[in-house]
Amino acid sequence: MAAGQSAIEARGVTKVFQGAGQDAVKALDNVFVSIRENEFFTLLGPSGCGKTTLLRLIAGFDFPTEGEILLHGQDIAPLPPFRRPVNTVFQSYALFPHMTVGQNIGFGLEMLGRPKAEIEARVNEMLKLVRMEELRNRKTSQISGGQQQRVALARALAPAPKVLLLDEPLSALDYKLRKDMQIELKRLQHETGITFIFVTHDQEEALTMSDRIAVMSKGKILQIGSPRDIYDRPSERFVANFIGDTNFLEGEIAGTAGSEAKVKLASGAVISAGLPEGFSGKNRVTVVVRPEHAGLTAPGKKADLSGKLENIVYFGTDTHYHIMLDGGASFMIRQQNSRGGGVGHAVGEAVGVMLEDHAAQVLKD
Amino acid sequence: MASAKEFLEASERKDVRDRWLLSLPALLIIFAAALGPLLVVLLYSFMVKGDYGDVKLWQWSTEGWFSVFFQRDIFDDTVSLADAHLTILWRSVWLSFLTTLLALIFGFPTAYFIATRPEGTRDIWLFLITIPFWTNLLIRTFAMMEVIRNEGILNTVLIKIGIIDAPLQILYTDTAIMLGMLYVYLPLMVLPLYASMEKLDFRLVEAAYDLYATRLRVLWRVIIPLVKPGVIAGSILVFIPALGAYVTPRVLGGGKNMMLGNLIELQFGQGRNWPLGAALSITLMAIVMVAMLVYVRQASKGTGSHG
Repeated sequence: MAAGQSAIEARGVTKVFQGAGQDAVKALDNVFVSIRENEFFTLLGPSGCGKTTLLRLIAGFDFPTEGEILLHGQDIAPLPPFRRPVNTVFQSYALFPHMTVGQNIGFGLEMLGRPKAEIEARVNEMLKLVRMEELRNRKTSQISGGQQQRVALARALAPAPKVLLLDEPLSALDYKLRKDMQIELKRLQHETGITFIFVTHDQEEALTMSDRIAVMSKGKILQIGSPRDIYDRPSERFVANFIGDTNFLEGEIAGTAGSEAKVKLASGAVISAGLPEGFSGKNRVTVVVRPEHAGLTAPGKKADLSGKLENIVYFGTDTHYHIMLDGGASFMIRQQNSRGGGVGHAVGEAVGVMLEDHAAQVLKD
Repeated sequence: MASAKEFLEASERKDVRDRWLLSLPALLIIFAAALGPLLVVLLYSFMVKGDYGDVKLWQWSTEGWFSVFFQRDIFDDTVSLADAHLTILWRSVWLSFLTTLLALIFGFPTAYFIATRPEGTRDIWLFLITIPFWTNLLIRTFAMMEVIRNEGILNTVLIKIGIIDAPLQILYTDTAIMLGMLYVYLPLMVLPLYASMEKLDFRLVEAAYDLYATRLRVLWRVIIPLVKPGVIAGSILVFIPALGAYVTPRVLGGGKNMMLGNLIELQFGQGRNWPLGAALSITLMAIVMVAMLVYVRQASKGTGSHG
């Protein structure tokens, strides 16, 4: 990617928090990431993976121990937060309790020294954007959580930042409201054309909203890609495990051709699987298959894998089939239910498993 | 139905009666211990002064109140303003105000410093702040005297490093009184300030930084409005005892630079004018009440105008 294209770029960013005495914590470990202009980029990972630290470094609340952070090619790592054209939506919203909704939204512009009339107009515009026109003169304590969320968004968007940082902004909302806000956020990003960097530990949120996702663990970025990439072609065990349900199959590489490999499983069956970028060429590998990328076949029919049906769990929208494969590994298949009824498999019966094309993926580790 | 209603009303009346009965001991103590003496002071201020102190009971006179503000010439009985009293009154108010202001200026960063320490070490800092309280007020005041007297630490050091040639006369001036009061009352400012800063959500400070507010503007627009309750409480806690201070002006003011507390003591002691002392006490109380009323109203108005 050309340097001019990226809105935010982290180059070899390391952040060490000096604890009391010897226990220094490495929150970020040599992170490289390039976030494109006008992109909805998500940092996804469990708590303590460093995603919020990275966000705080971009915002300027903390400074990197090593490395640079570039905004449109310019190093902003040494700048204080109030010198960066970057605004944050906080997890707790952090609305000023002694100001009204309107004063909160206008705060950034006021600090930038914009004329009163301009602030007035911009605040109205923002209120309209988040559909809160009638609440302008309310105190922030007098509005609901969802409304506070919108005010926090409007406040961060009002100064028209180059990049908007969102630190798990939806985590405090209930399920229904969260769904609405996901769509709302996507709309706002589209309408404003601002680069959004979104931090979350919710894989579903990440998959539905993002243009690209960076999966993080223990201060490192493990994989960056589109939601489909990340879900269909996870490159590491952690990524495969963290996002969605996955079947793990152990095997040996029997031969490679381009980005495809033949993998011989414990049962002796040979399947073809995609190779991840930067594959080390080791012999013993783990292959992952998403449960919905495989189907059951009747005994005797052509199949990639074979085994015994151990359990059938009905979930309404779909049914999970738990299979004990011949090699001793367990395997799960998810099939969408249709009104036509199930295929009529019974627990205990010998079944075959048919993998879809490109369903299997070799992991790097 | 009517009987049920009557029953409810009766039990409610009983409830109310019980509540009053139960709080009676507390109320008695409050009246006896707090309002009673105050009433005595008020009554004494309207009585005729005794020849050797005390008052002539049940002989009423407004002479005490008159001499708070006015004085009669001993020869021709012409009435003029009591300059000495007014000077002392003014000095008390002015020095207390300055003390409160300086305590706020020094106490604010101190409280902020403590509030921003890691949770575990805050208690140690608070503990250090309260250490002076363990020492007798008189001792602390004499310690201050030791620092500022002509041959004291301050002057010795200043002369040694060549900033001044002759010692600064600080002791027995208004400045000395103010320094002493500042030293004694500073913890009373720091503690309430810390209490409200500890509750301050520092994410709001980050949010303000993020929204292009410089450090100074964060202080003015976010931190100060949010810790205002602490500022008010601290100011009251410093201003009131400073106004009635007795020991500090007595020791550091050297007997010439009196404050209201000393004047009152004088009337009950050598002055043998109890009605005047009582009237002065009531005056002091009135000043405190008016000052607090104005201050609290102004301060809370400032908060209100934001919303």
